[in-house]
Amino acid sequence: MLAAILALAALAAFFGVLLGYSAIRFRVEGDPIADQIDSLLPQTQCGQCGHPGCRPYAEALAKGEEEINKCLPGGEALVLALADLLGREPVAMDIKEKVPSVAFIDPELCIGCTRCIQACPVDAIIGAAKQLHAVLNSECTGCELCVEPCPVACIEMRPIREDIQRWRWPYPARQPVASDIAAPLRDAA
Amino acid sequence: MAIALKPKSTSQRRLWRFHGGIHIPDEKALSNERAIERPPLAERLWVPLQQHIGAPGRPLVAVGDHVLKGQMIAEPTGFISAPVHAPTSGRVVAIEPHPVPHPSGLSAPCALIEPDGLETWAELPPPLADYPQLDPALIRERIRWAGVVGMGGASFPTSVKLTPGTDREIQTLIINGAECEPYITCDDRLMRERAAHILEGVRIMHHLLRVRTVLIGIEDNKPEAIAAMQLALAETDMGGYTEIVPIPTLYPSGGEKQLIRILTGKEVPTSGIPAQIGIVCQNVGTAAAVADAVLEGKPLIARVVTVTGRAIAAPRNLEVPVGTPIEHLIAQCGGYREAPRKLVCGGPMMGFELRESATPITKATNCVLALAPEEAPDPGPALACIRCGRCAEVCPTRLLPQQMYWNARAKDLDRVQDYNLFDCIECGCCAQVCPSHIPLVQYYRYAKTEIWAREQEKRKSEQARARHAAKQARLERQEQEKQARLRKQKEALAAPKSTDSGEDPKQALIAAARERAAARRTSDTGSA
Repeated sequence: MLAAILALAALAAFFGVLLGYSAIRFRVEGDPIADQIDSLLPQTQCGQCGHPGCRPYAEALAKGEEEINKCLPGGEALVLALADLLGREPVAMDIKEKVPSVAFIDPELCIGCTRCIQACPVDAIIGAAKQLHAVLNSECTGCELCVEPCPVACIEMRPIREDIQRWRWPYPARQPVASDIAAPLRDAA
Repeated sequence: MAIALKPKSTSQRRLWRFHGGIHIPDEKALSNERAIERPPLAERLWVPLQQHIGAPGRPLVAVGDHVLKGQMIAEPTGFISAPVHAPTSGRVVAIEPHPVPHPSGLSAPCALIEPDGLETWAELPPPLADYPQLDPALIRERIRWAGVVGMGGASFPTSVKLTPGTDREIQTLIINGAECEPYITCDDRLMRERAAHILEGVRIMHHLLRVRTVLIGIEDNKPEAIAAMQLALAETDMGGYTEIVPIPTLYPSGGEKQLIRILTGKEVPTSGIPAQIGIVCQNVGTAAAVADAVLEGKPLIARVVTVTGRAIAAPRNLEVPVGTPIEHLIAQCGGYREAPRKLVCGGPMMGFELRESATPITKATNCVLALAPEEAPDPGPALACIRCGRCAEVCPTRLLPQQMYWNARAKDLDRVQDYNLFDCIECGCCAQVCPSHIPLVQYYRYAKTEIWAREQEKRKSEQARARHAAKQARLERQEQEKQARLRKQKEALAAPKSTDSGEDPKQALIAAARERAAARRTSDTGSA
């Protein structure tokens, strides 16, 4: 009887120490789920989801407080990826996807007020007070956050021109007439 | 699987067989009977400023400039890059986007040159006839200057391929004269007519790579080319290390990895390059261009193009300056016999449809194919896949085309990569044998570019994340600095009352200066 009590107490103490040590030694900083979600988000930092940036949206998603269809730049592909990652049901996007575009500042109208520079989440606008501002096309994420603050409305969103580097082969138009949609012979997975 | 051939004049060389492959009518007799011709210049040449894989070139000429033949008009901007030279003398009328040979049919920057008809050469660098005594780096620099790129279609800068890494030794140089695609005969004619010149180029590449063996693989449906090359080889001293190897005709034996397999039995590792197994592969046309660059100091400004197809009145091979519009080539071959169903750049298997006949040829354009309706019948609607598995039987890279098709069609881009999509060479064998006429290659191309685009977006979003984080950190730092400054100011305002008793530092400084001046004055008067 005593031996059993002692043995169980010893075991409990041993595992208690082990768990306590592991909790300190293998402590995970931050939220790994939020990290995974953040890496899927397009990082436009546009705030169209209602959160101030991609990271806060990722954290809200990780806590389960937010729908997975709020990211407009991510579009349907992102909804599917998030559904896959979080094990939720895919939800339809409420708004149609936008064409990828970048901001353009009209050099004739810009007064050099720096408001757009302050609004840009990724520092994609260069310029200084009373100097002409310009957008770095390669850095612009198309978030449109600079459009609203401009006092002279000289910023517009221009679709990115299709060029050979960005061109993709289209999805084949000639689809099989008879349905062969039946589940393909999957591999073991 | 290996089969041993008995070549007539060469020693017994064991040949290997790659998996699959198909026999298709070669249609080469349409254009391989006539000698290569040099037609008159086109009225206008649209010279694309990028004709290679790698970093785009930087234009060196402006609108209105007069250029000379062989003058560099775009310089390379990186290691994997190549210059572009003016194909003739004349005036640069415009530098603007123009349709280029690309499956998208999109435009890219081109220089529009109006020839003056004088063909005045620019000052060319001296021939390097004594290249065996020269530093290999000098010869490589010459090849790079000449803008030589792979002329088999990939247009990869040749000087890069001829710069072996220090980590592994290149043992074998393979010269690709297989020309396995139907209709195309430009390499065939080149080998028949300029075998000695090709071998000169091969000798230069052999010198640069210091390889032990050179194998020149030619499909046995080109007996005249094989004979011409063997004859030319017999007249050189290269016989000790060079061998002309006739290989059985089987599409796609001219694929780089397939040709390496046939000649050496080695497999290029997945997503690797031949240099990893000690092999470098070059096209016969590239060898001729290397010889031009080194022995004559001439840049690559013209190439042999096969203009063929049953819709062409008189199919043949033409040697034309780069930038010549395709409509000019067709006009030089007697125009159309009948309205073509399809105008293709490249061969019928791997080429792509051209939308505009004003598109110019580039360094990589080997064939212009105008297919008559009976040659390119409408395949009709695609039918359901019946899982016959013939696509897997003919796949030269041993992939599972059917599985890739299902996944590409379902837009499951991760799973399609599990089936090694990127090892697909897009040879078209699977689509050719498919009894349901499913455009299989189109699905693979779609999936490949879609995956590339996805990766690019991923890189861009990583960059945006880093920039956003940097901005946040900067704002935070600025806020902290502001707070610190405010705190200091507050402290400074609060401080004077307590430290007022001490000497004012400004006053002390002034007193010290006065003292120094007084001391100097006394010492000055003392010495005077």
